[in-house]
Amino acid sequence: MNFPILSSLIILPTVGALFLLFSKDKNSNTGKYVALFTSFVNFLISIYLWYLFDPSTSDFQFVEDRKWLVEFVNYKIGIDGISILFIILTTLITPLCIISVNNTIKIRLRDFLIAILVMESLLIGVFCSLDLVIFYLFFEAGLIPMFLIIGIWGGARRVYSAFKFFLYTLLGSVLMLVAIISIYWITGTTEIIQLYDLGIDTKYQNLLWLAFFSSFAVKTPMWPVHTWLPDAHVEAPTAGSVLLAAILLKMAGYGFIRFSLGLFPVASELFTPLIYILSLVAIIYASLVALMQEDMKKLIAYSSVAHMGFVTLGIFTITQQGIEGSIIQMISHGLVSAALFLCVGVVYDRMHSRLIVTYGGLVSVMPKYSILFMLFTLAALGLPGTSGFIGEFLILMGAFKDNFLVAVIASFGVIFGAAYMLWLYRRVVFGNLINKELLKISDLNNSEKFILWSLALPVLFFGFYPEPLINTIEISVKDLIGMYNFNLNMFGAEVQK
Amino acid sequence: MINLELISAEIFISLSIMFLLILGVFKKNSSSLVHNFSISFLLITGILILNNPSESSVTLFTNSYIIDSLSSLMKIITIIGGAFVLSISKNYLKISKIFLIEYPILILCSILGMLVMISSNDLIVFYIGLELQSLALYVLASFNRDQLKSSESGLKYFVLSALSSGLLLYGCSLIYGFSSSTNFNVIANSIDLNHYGLTFGIVFILVGLAFKISAVPFHMWAPDVYEGSPTSVTLFFAIVPKVAALTVFIRFLYVPFFNMIDQWQPIIVFLSIASMIFGAVAAIGQSNLKRLVAYSSISHIGYTLAGLSVGTNEGIQSSIIYISIYLVMNFGLFCCLFMMKRNDQYFETIEDLSGLSKNHPVLSLSLLIILFSLAGIPPLAGFFAKFYVFKSVIEQSMYFLAIVGLLSTVIAAFYYLRIIKVIYFDKEKEKYDTDHSIWLKISLSFSTLLILLYFIYPSKLVEIVSRINVI
Repeated sequence: MNFPILSSLIILPTVGALFLLFSKDKNSNTGKYVALFTSFVNFLISIYLWYLFDPSTSDFQFVEDRKWLVEFVNYKIGIDGISILFIILTTLITPLCIISVNNTIKIRLRDFLIAILVMESLLIGVFCSLDLVIFYLFFEAGLIPMFLIIGIWGGARRVYSAFKFFLYTLLGSVLMLVAIISIYWITGTTEIIQLYDLGIDTKYQNLLWLAFFSSFAVKTPMWPVHTWLPDAHVEAPTAGSVLLAAILLKMAGYGFIRFSLGLFPVASELFTPLIYILSLVAIIYASLVALMQEDMKKLIAYSSVAHMGFVTLGIFTITQQGIEGSIIQMISHGLVSAALFLCVGVVYDRMHSRLIVTYGGLVSVMPKYSILFMLFTLAALGLPGTSGFIGEFLILMGAFKDNFLVAVIASFGVIFGAAYMLWLYRRVVFGNLINKELLKISDLNNSEKFILWSLALPVLFFGFYPEPLINTIEISVKDLIGMYNFNLNMFGAEVQK
Repeated sequence: MINLELISAEIFISLSIMFLLILGVFKKNSSSLVHNFSISFLLITGILILNNPSESSVTLFTNSYIIDSLSSLMKIITIIGGAFVLSISKNYLKISKIFLIEYPILILCSILGMLVMISSNDLIVFYIGLELQSLALYVLASFNRDQLKSSESGLKYFVLSALSSGLLLYGCSLIYGFSSSTNFNVIANSIDLNHYGLTFGIVFILVGLAFKISAVPFHMWAPDVYEGSPTSVTLFFAIVPKVAALTVFIRFLYVPFFNMIDQWQPIIVFLSIASMIFGAVAAIGQSNLKRLVAYSSISHIGYTLAGLSVGTNEGIQSSIIYISIYLVMNFGLFCCLFMMKRNDQYFETIEDLSGLSKNHPVLSLSLLIILFSLAGIPPLAGFFAKFYVFKSVIEQSMYFLAIVGLLSTVIAAFYYLRIIKVIYFDKEKEKYDTDHSIWLKISLSFSTLLILLYFIYPSKLVEIVSRINVI
C-alpha cells in the first residue's frame, strides 16, 4: 500500500491544532508560526499531489479504503480531476488566512488558529471523501468551527448571524441525511464509485435529488435561501469571511457536480429548469441588491450569491464547457472573493468601518492598495485576462448551447456585475478625499502585500493561461457527462417501457 | 434444581445492601465507608454479571426470570451508570450536607429493582422490580429533606408515579384476564389477536412505562422532579432508570405482543414523535440547566422510542446504542454541573455559565463537545446514536418518523447552541472553584474523550449490541 497522502493532508492540520491546544501560551506568536508552518506544509503536499496526479484518466486516484463501520460504511477517500483543484484552493487559502490574523484577531488568537486548522482538515475531507456518509460527516462537522469563528470573533450582530448560519445549514442538511440512509436502503451501499456503476432506481431519484438539493441550495447559497450569507459574511472576522466565501460555498457546487449529476441523472434532467430559474433570479436579483448596498462586505456577499448563480447555471447546462466553466469559476471566485474580503479587511483594520461612504479618494493615500483592489475588482467582473473571465465565458458558452434565452438573461448579470463592482471601486478609491481621517492611514504593509499578491498571481496566471486547470479537469468532466448521458439513456429507456 | 449461580449478582447485591445497612447503623460516622463499599460492591456485581456462565438465554423460577444477552448488557450498563453516579456524587453530597449512609444504600436498592426488571419474564416479577426501584427513587428525590423543593419533588414524583403504577397494574390484570397467564412466553402463545381487552391491557401498561421513562404526554413530573432533587439524584434519574425501563419496553413489546405490532406500533410512534418535538420546543424557554436536562432527556427518549417502534432487531439494537451513548453524554454534562461551584455553593442556571470559556477553557471545551454531541452534530458520538436509529427507521420505510425526528434535531440544536453562546460569546463572570475531586476530573475527561473519539472506531459498540436478538 502506498503512502496515504490524502489522509495525511486531512490529518496534518488537526495535528497542528492539537499541538496548539496543548501549548501553554495563549497569545504569543509561536502559535501563529506553528499554524502557519503546518498549513504551509499542507499546501506544499497538495502541490506535490497535483504534480503526481495523472490527468489522463477519470478514475479516482490515491484511493484509500479502510474498514470503519462494520459491514456498512468504509472510510474511502480518493480524488479525481474535479476534486484536486478544490483541495489546492483550500490549502492555498488557509495559510493566507493565518497570515491575515495579524491585524484582525485581538483576542484568543490561539483558539482562532485551532478553529481555522480544524476547518481546513474538514474541508479537505469533504473534497476527497468517496462515501456519502463520510462526506456528510465532514460536511456537517464544518459547522462547529465556523459557528465559533463567527460567534466569538465576529462583529456586533455576531450571535444572530452565527445562529442563522448554523440553523439554516443544519436544516438543509438533515434531509440529505435521510436521503443518504435511503440510498443505502435502496442500493445496499453508500460508496460513490459503486453507486456510479449501479445507478439508482428512477422512481426514487426525484425525492433523493430534492433532499440533496435542499442541503446544497442552502450552502451554495441559491435564492431564496441565501439570506444567511450576507449576515454571516458581514459579522464574521476577515479570515472567517475569506474561508466562507472561498471554500465553504464551493462545497455545494462540488456536491452538485459529484452527487446530483453523478447519482441522479434522470432527476437532474427533470429539475434543470428549476435550477435555471433559481440561478437566473440569483444572478439578476443579487446583482441589483448588491448595487444598492452601503456596506462593502455585504456588497461582496451579494456578489458571491450572483457568482454562485453562474456556477449552478453552468453545472446544469451539462455541457463540457458549462461544467468546466463552473469549476474554473468556483476556483476563480475562491481566489477573487477571498482577495476582496481581505481588501475590505485591510481598510477596515485602519478605519474600523465597512461603510462605503467612509472612504473615497483612497488612491492618493494608498496607491499600492488601489492597484491590487482594481485588479481584483476587474477579475470579479470577469475582464478578459483574469481567471474570472474564463469561468464566465465558458459558462455562458455552455448556456448558449443549451438554452438561448437563459444565456441572454445571464449575460445581463455580467453587465450588472460590472456595474456594482466598478461603482464600488469608484466610490472607495476615486473621488475627492473628503474624510480627513483617511489622510492618516498607511499603505499596505508587507504581510498584506504578500497575501494579496499571492492571490493576484494565480488570478492573472490562469486568466492568461488556463491550460493547467482545464487539463486537470477535462477528462474527469468528460467522463462524468458520458456517464450521465449513459445512465440517462438507460433509465430513460426504462421509463419509456 | 435451580442454578443459583445465574442470579449470583442479584443475590450478592441484596446481601451487600443488608450488610451495609447493619454497618451503617452500628458504626458511627460511617457514611464515607458505606459509600466506598457500595461502589466496590457494585463493581463486584458487575464482574459477577460478566462472569455469567451461560451464553444462550436461560430462564429460572418456572420461566419467570430470564438471563440472556439483552439482560446481561443492560445490567452492565445499569451498574456502570450507578457506580459512576456514586463515584462522582460524594463531594456534592458533602457540600450539600446530605452525606448520609442511606444515599448509597437507596441507590443500591433501586439498582437491585432495576436488575429484577431487566431480567423479568413475567408481569408479576416485572412489577415487583419496578416497585422496588420506584420506592427507592421516591426517597432519593426528596433526599435533601430540609429543602422545600426537594421534598416537593419527592411528593410529586410519588403521587404521580403511584398513579401510573396503578394503571400499569390494571393493565397487567387485564392481560391476565384475557390470556390467563402472567408469563411473557405463555401470553405470546395463547394470544388472541381479536380481543380488545388485550389491547386495553397493552395500552395501560404502555402508559405506565411511558410515565417511568417520561415520554410525552406522561412527562409532567420530569422537569419539576429533575429541578427539585439533589443534582446527584437528578443525574441518577436522567440515566439509570431509563435503561431498565427501556429493557422492559423491549421485552414487553417484542416477546408477548410481537404479533400485535400493528396495534402498539402507532402508540410508540406517537409517543416518540410527541416526545421529540415537545422536548425540543419546551426546552427553548428554560433557564435552569436541570430543567433543561429534563426536557432534553424527554426528547432523547423520543429518539430511543423511534428505534423501538420499528419492530426489527436492528431497531432494538439502535435504541440500545442510543441509550448507551446518551448515558455517556449526560454523564459528562452532569460532571460539568458538579464543577460549577463557588464557595461551597452550586450554580445551576444557564446564566451562571456566562463567559465560562475565558476562565475555564478546558471545562468549556468539554461542555462544547458534549453539547454539540447532544445536538447530534457529526463527528461526535451523539450523531452516530441518531444515525443508527434513523437508519433502522428508514429501513422500514417510516419516512415520516425519520423526517420529523431529524427536523426536531434542528429545533433542539437551537437550545444547545444557546448554552454554547452563553459559554463562548458572553461576558465572563467570577471564577468557579477548581479544587474538584480527582474522580470528577477523570470522569469528565473520560466521557468527553469517548464522545469526541468515538468516530475513530465506532464498530465496537455495534458489535457488542449486535449479539442481541430478541425476536
